[in-house]
Amino acid sequence: MTVNFPQGKPAAATAGSSRISPFASHRNELGAFAATLPFFAYTACFLLIPTLIVVVGAFKAADGGLTLANFARLAERNTLVSLGTSVAVSLVSALIGAIVGALAAYALVIGSRPNSIMRRIITAISSTLAQFGGVMLAFAFIATLGINGVGTMLIKQLMGLTVDPNWLSSLPGLIMIYCYFQIPLMVIIFLPAVDSIRPQWREAAENLGGSAWQYWTRVAGPILEPRFISALLLLFANAFSAYATAAALFSQRSILIPLMIQGAIRNEMDANQQGFSQVLAFAMIVVMALVMLASHAVEKRSGRWL
Amino acid sequence: MAVNLAVNDDDMTIAAPVQLRARAIRKQKIVKAVILTLTLLFLFMPLLSMLLFTVRQPLSGRWSLNAWQAIFTGNGDSLGTDLSILWQGLGYSLALSAVTAVAMLLLMLPAMVIVHIRSRKLERAMEWVATLPLTIPAIVLVVGLGPIYRWLSADVLSTNPIWLCFAYVILVMPYAFRALAVGLNSIDVVTLSEAARSLGASWPKVFVRVIIPNLWQAVFSASFISIAVVLGEYTVASLLGRMNLQVALYQLGQSNSQISTAMSLLAMAFGVLLLLAIDAIAGAVNKHKERD
Repeated sequence: MTVNFPQGKPAAATAGSSRISPFASHRNELGAFAATLPFFAYTACFLLIPTLIVVVGAFKAADGGLTLANFARLAERNTLVSLGTSVAVSLVSALIGAIVGALAAYALVIGSRPNSIMRRIITAISSTLAQFGGVMLAFAFIATLGINGVGTMLIKQLMGLTVDPNWLSSLPGLIMIYCYFQIPLMVIIFLPAVDSIRPQWREAAENLGGSAWQYWTRVAGPILEPRFISALLLLFANAFSAYATAAALFSQRSILIPLMIQGAIRNEMDANQQGFSQVLAFAMIVVMALVMLASHAVEKRSGRWL
Repeated sequence: MAVNLAVNDDDMTIAAPVQLRARAIRKQKIVKAVILTLTLLFLFMPLLSMLLFTVRQPLSGRWSLNAWQAIFTGNGDSLGTDLSILWQGLGYSLALSAVTAVAMLLLMLPAMVIVHIRSRKLERAMEWVATLPLTIPAIVLVVGLGPIYRWLSADVLSTNPIWLCFAYVILVMPYAFRALAVGLNSIDVVTLSEAARSLGASWPKVFVRVIIPNLWQAVFSASFISIAVVLGEYTVASLLGRMNLQVALYQLGQSNSQISTAMSLLAMAFGVLLLLAIDAIAGAVNKHKERD
């Protein structure tokens, strides 16, 4: 029997006979592979090839040969400072976001029914705000704490303090802005973890004479810890790869790695800049890969609990 | 960046002995209220500021609805601003979101259904590839897409922003994959397709008449999240030098920040609507399941 897949790719397979013979199951695999060909071909063109261009470009000399010279630019002071800033901003915003978000998630779950209105509202808001990055987020904070921002005026009138208009484009300012999408993201990804905590566990701990401290350090803490760490890593990756917000805030200064990449792309015609954007992008891939590896290891560990 | 497609699956109720824990619970309630209030304050302050910013002239302190009027009448002359760039960007973004959603569905849905029925191994491979864009930042992708787009726009297609859809399909893939996978796992695709096949339906017929109608919620969720992502995209468009809504907002922000702030609020409100729709669809599915 010949089977036609929706994409029009003919593939031989016998329907419903996957359990009959190894040969048929092999043919099934082939048919399934044929059906996924457009998907894999597409991702090869627009995901794999761009990534390869970055990796190869990082090792390519101006004359086309292989070289490690491009990496020397990574060791330049400028680049190292930006890399450090990027990591620091991502780490601090991830930490603040994770702690505040976890507390909020806990506050949402504890002592209320799973379908409470408060919870539904906050989940809906969070899923929107977690995506709220870029230009619009920059506008929001300029409207709040910019020179003529509402918050700036409020603080001036209530407390007589003048907010430094440059505070937004300082590191603490940037971290606060990043927290604006980190906290909602944490709420969304940590809610299921908090949900898995049964109130009966606490009651059991109390019946056995355990204090609140013991409950948190011996029962709830160890269960939530791996999930918290993997959420933290995700938040770090999220902040590390963010570009649009910073780009809208700092028009000239390249204080983060993504902003340096922007500068390098704009100066690509300059012979001295050749391969620089690729090296920076390669460095970002390496950092992201490390984060993902760590996250994978943590998740493996948390699997034991669930 | 994730959307809560997960469903409240718990039947958890609080059944603590009230007398014993009354004090603890009261304390807990206060802590809870404080945490939630502070978090909500932090999240709402900037939004409220945006709204105030659009109706109050920052320099003169005069209140007016000019910015909103300009957007809804489509005419920025009263504020001395040319809005054509905004409409251009909005048009491209809307077109892009439609094209991206359709392309994403064509590329992923048939493959995901067949792989789900036939091969667990290939399904895993697909999942791995589809969620890869979460690991590769958009800014990195742009560095690699640059040469590809230079070639595409010079030799094959044009510099029209609509061709950004190729990159956008990649960007929406992780979210769309999750939404579709949730749908696929919630129905018994194997039994459905075997039943239809044994009744003599051809594969395309099984797909169009049996599987898609059972997956429509997931299809909508995946499309909506794709639209939301595309409407908020700035990185790829701005670095490849193409126009879209966010690029237009940024450029307009340089000359009239009130109008672009107002437009940002509208774009955000539209995003909220899309995500609420996803939530409502998920809720409806749940209710339906409970009744069965």
